[in-house]
Amino acid sequence: MTGVSYAAWIVFTAILTNNFVLCKFLGICPFLGVSKKVNTAMGMSVAVIFVMLMSTAATWHLNQFLESKGLGYLQTIVCILIIAALVQLVEIILKKYVKSLYNALGIYLPLITTNCAVLGVVLLNFDNGFTFGQSLLNSLGGGVGFLVAMLIFSGVRSRLETADIPETLKGLPATLIAASLTSVSFMGFAGVVDGIFAK
Amino acid sequence: MADEKCSLRKEFTKGLLRENPVLRLVLGTCPTLAVSTSMVNAIGMGVAATIVLVCSNIVISALRKVIPGKVRIPAYIVVIASFVTMVQMLVKAFVPALDSALGVYLPLIVVNCIILGRAEAFANKNPVLASAVDGMGMGVGFTAALFCMALVRELLGNGTLFDGAQNLLKVFGDNVLGGFNGVTIPHFTPITAFILPCGGFFVFGVLMALANKISDKKKLPRAELHGCDHCPLSATCSKVVSEREDKRI
Repeated sequence: MTGVSYAAWIVFTAILTNNFVLCKFLGICPFLGVSKKVNTAMGMSVAVIFVMLMSTAATWHLNQFLESKGLGYLQTIVCILIIAALVQLVEIILKKYVKSLYNALGIYLPLITTNCAVLGVVLLNFDNGFTFGQSLLNSLGGGVGFLVAMLIFSGVRSRLETADIPETLKGLPATLIAASLTSVSFMGFAGVVDGIFAK
Repeated sequence: MADEKCSLRKEFTKGLLRENPVLRLVLGTCPTLAVSTSMVNAIGMGVAATIVLVCSNIVISALRKVIPGKVRIPAYIVVIASFVTMVQMLVKAFVPALDSALGVYLPLIVVNCIILGRAEAFANKNPVLASAVDGMGMGVGFTAALFCMALVRELLGNGTLFDGAQNLLKVFGDNVLGGFNGVTIPHFTPITAFILPCGGFFVFGVLMALANKISDKKKLPRAELHGCDHCPLSATCSKVVSEREDKRI
């Protein structure tokens, strides 16, 4: 695979075949909790993309340094602290200097600190041995995949509100079964991305 | 004394059913869905999370008067992350097969909301012993829910039970339980969809419906997920969030 097609493969795999929410089960809480309205789903997802990119950029070089000193086992602690601090810092900076962006994303930022999708993407980048650029692409793909899943699912849920559901299944069970069907639709992409880019 | 014992027992048993972290409080959904493809993985994950939960509850409860309220969440995260790292190293050393099966989900115990949730809801207000018992109960409840999910998924999706059990049993020596390595159900074609992601959501949904049915019978409120309400961090941010949301609207 050449560089460009490998890059495209990373992005599309992260968005479609290895979708963070529907295939890797990362970030399920916001997926089930905040997907009721399209607006909130959109805001949350954009904030996730933003934080994923920022934390990947912040932790990649640090991890390189830790590995070179033989301190790889500190990865988890260091990453979660960096992410938590970074999110707080970004929130403060946005609040002070970029009011419009803060109004759009600010309310979702504190929720993202302990979102497993963010720590997940950072750790997966390390595990896969991606370079800095590839890590950023993978994070972008993961974030966009989260956005796609959230948007599709918020559409499914708006239909679910008016559906006639058996009493026992009302609420969370029906939502989960709908998520299962949405996940089936993503299985269809399995061969497609590899077929196009991984020749 | 008798009273104390009784209340400790209550702390333990509430985690199993009434306040089961997965089926009643809807916490820790990510690992529940991700590692429940095989029973051995589910038990391994459950035990690992329980160890972290008990240890972090003990330490956080012991330090509850020392940690300043304003920085408590970062402090909890450091404590939890330290224990997760220890467990990760132990698993890598003694059960390498489990480490590769759980992959990234093992370090992700750090952000498992059950652990941070218990620290915030219980350990920072209660004495050490009660917190340890609470952690134990929640951990066992988490493991039980994972086990139920994995039982259905492995049986229907792979046609086996306890497949690869030796991976876990190896810790206790070679050939434990006569080299028991799981059973395969004869004359059964597995329905692969159940071990795929969509099967995870489906089985969880059905299990949740079952839990709801029992809750209805016992006149308990149903398990629900209302945006941030259930997030363990809600104490620190959800009020702020809803206030801000109100202002915007």
